[in-house]
Amino acid sequence: MAASDITSATNRGQTRERAAEYLLQRHRFRLTEMLPWLIAIGVFFVFPDRMTFGSQVLVMVMFALSLDLILGYAGIVTLGHAAFFGIGAYTVGLAAARLQWTEPISGLFAAAIAAGIVGFITGWFLLRYRGLTLLMLTLATAIMLQETGNLRSDISGGYDGLPGLTFKPLLGVFDYDLYGHTYYLYALGALAVVFYFVRRIVYSPFGQALTGIRENVRRMHAIGSPVHRRLVTVYTIAAAIAGVAGALFTQTNAYVTLTVFDFDNSAKVMVMLILGGTGRLYGAFIGAAVYMVLEDYFSKLSPTFWQFGIGLMLVLAVLFARRGILGLFENAAEYFAKRKQP
Amino acid sequence: MTAALQVEGLNRAFGALPVTRDVSLTLERGARCALIGPNGAGKTTLVNLITGALKPHSGRVFLNGEDITASSQADRARRGLARTFQINQLFRGLTVLENLCMTIGERDGHCNNLWRSAGSRRGVIDEALDHLDSLRLTDDALKLVRELPYGRQRLVEIAIALAQKPRVLLLDEPAAGVPSSESHLILDVVAALDPDIAVLIIEHDMDVVFRFAKEITVLVQGAVFTQGTPNEIMNNEQVRAVYLGQEDHRGGRHG
Repeated sequence: MAASDITSATNRGQTRERAAEYLLQRHRFRLTEMLPWLIAIGVFFVFPDRMTFGSQVLVMVMFALSLDLILGYAGIVTLGHAAFFGIGAYTVGLAAARLQWTEPISGLFAAAIAAGIVGFITGWFLLRYRGLTLLMLTLATAIMLQETGNLRSDISGGYDGLPGLTFKPLLGVFDYDLYGHTYYLYALGALAVVFYFVRRIVYSPFGQALTGIRENVRRMHAIGSPVHRRLVTVYTIAAAIAGVAGALFTQTNAYVTLTVFDFDNSAKVMVMLILGGTGRLYGAFIGAAVYMVLEDYFSKLSPTFWQFGIGLMLVLAVLFARRGILGLFENAAEYFAKRKQP
Repeated sequence: MTAALQVEGLNRAFGALPVTRDVSLTLERGARCALIGPNGAGKTTLVNLITGALKPHSGRVFLNGEDITASSQADRARRGLARTFQINQLFRGLTVLENLCMTIGERDGHCNNLWRSAGSRRGVIDEALDHLDSLRLTDDALKLVRELPYGRQRLVEIAIALAQKPRVLLLDEPAAGVPSSESHLILDVVAALDPDIAVLIIEHDMDVVFRFAKEITVLVQGAVFTQGTPNEIMNNEQVRAVYLGQEDHRGGRHG
């Protein structure tokens, strides 16, 4: 009797330790997480003539990452995320065209602040709602901002946009080359910084609370969580990041038009994220990259029917990869792990 | 001494239908109170009014002497009012351990922190494991809640409420939906609750009610029908007629 008591006590101790270990280790950096960054650097050397396209992919990765924070983690559904992308894009666009403020890095900060403020104000009002209501209200916000820009086309340039923007050399030293090498590294650096922030947030207690809100908001209220405050906080952060992505978009393209506020843009980033996998950080990387590479490939293959290819891919994803491409990888990993130890 | 929980003249209607009518109720510190009544008597509505999930049309709620009628649900929870739900409300896609850590994190305000990693607080994890230990859930710590059988999920529901370190605990049919072979586990836990916590339990099983409660409130059609000790309620002819019906009270569930 006594002996078995002792073994059961040590067993429980071991079980406890294993359980604790899981949470203690979870936020540690894993080697596989190096992969997307190594690929991004590899692309720089392998496809030196496709750097402009590469920069656009990185911009969309950042945009999708900001959506992952609110959609994937906090479970906020939105069809108006382009609003913040657009605010950021126009912040640096207008600053350069109207105020001759062309320093790129401070432009990113300005874009983050401007988009963050709009995110905070709209979030404060809209995040009392959920589901379809929220979907419609976020969509309306983006359209209203777009129409405001259209109304004051004397400032915004309307649908003709602000063409031919020029920006100061990066850090006052690195000028922009025709092939976009500098831009690519600049965008990659910005993405790395943003990703570090997002990753910290996701693994913080605050990030845990966001998943709690996604999983069961009634329970969150019952355990005393200030749900509205949490949602507004993360919405503001995601808006600021989307603003940075928008600012990078304007800087890499050297022009911006009101189409950045389009519903298309909000929908596209959501499709990318879902395609890659929500609530997983790296879903944004895979989704944006796969979507944009395929879009590029299909449009060259058939300039008239390229959207058919995208549509087919989405149907396949919905039928066979409900948790996105990353979900497929996870399933495969689980399958092989099971086969190893029958 | 101020009462742990005091409810004064609560009223609430859904449209034209009054579901809570002038209900007053007092729970002293460490009280063991049961709320019984036929289906549709407004028991869960009363719990929702007390926790703030619903707003009353009139009446007031005091927690440890403070008027919390205008407070939000989350604010009441932070002041020490915890509840379990009649139907599980859990973070089904998260592990059992995460469910507990989340509760402790919100209780202690860690969840305001965006920067430090959740896993860096060994104390929180240890406390969560202690709570799981006391309900014998340690082996399930790393399982997703949705993978657990319903009876175990009910225990997680209680574990979360206890991890809030409440001063007042409202248990809405803690053993509902649990096969009788497992319900004793839950009822043992309920019986062994900290004697300092004031507990209000809604329960249909009269055996449990008469064993657990020191006072019983009978709710009929939204109003307090009568209040008293188990003995008084058991011998009250009107209660027997209205609620316990013809069957012997030991006959178990009202149906």
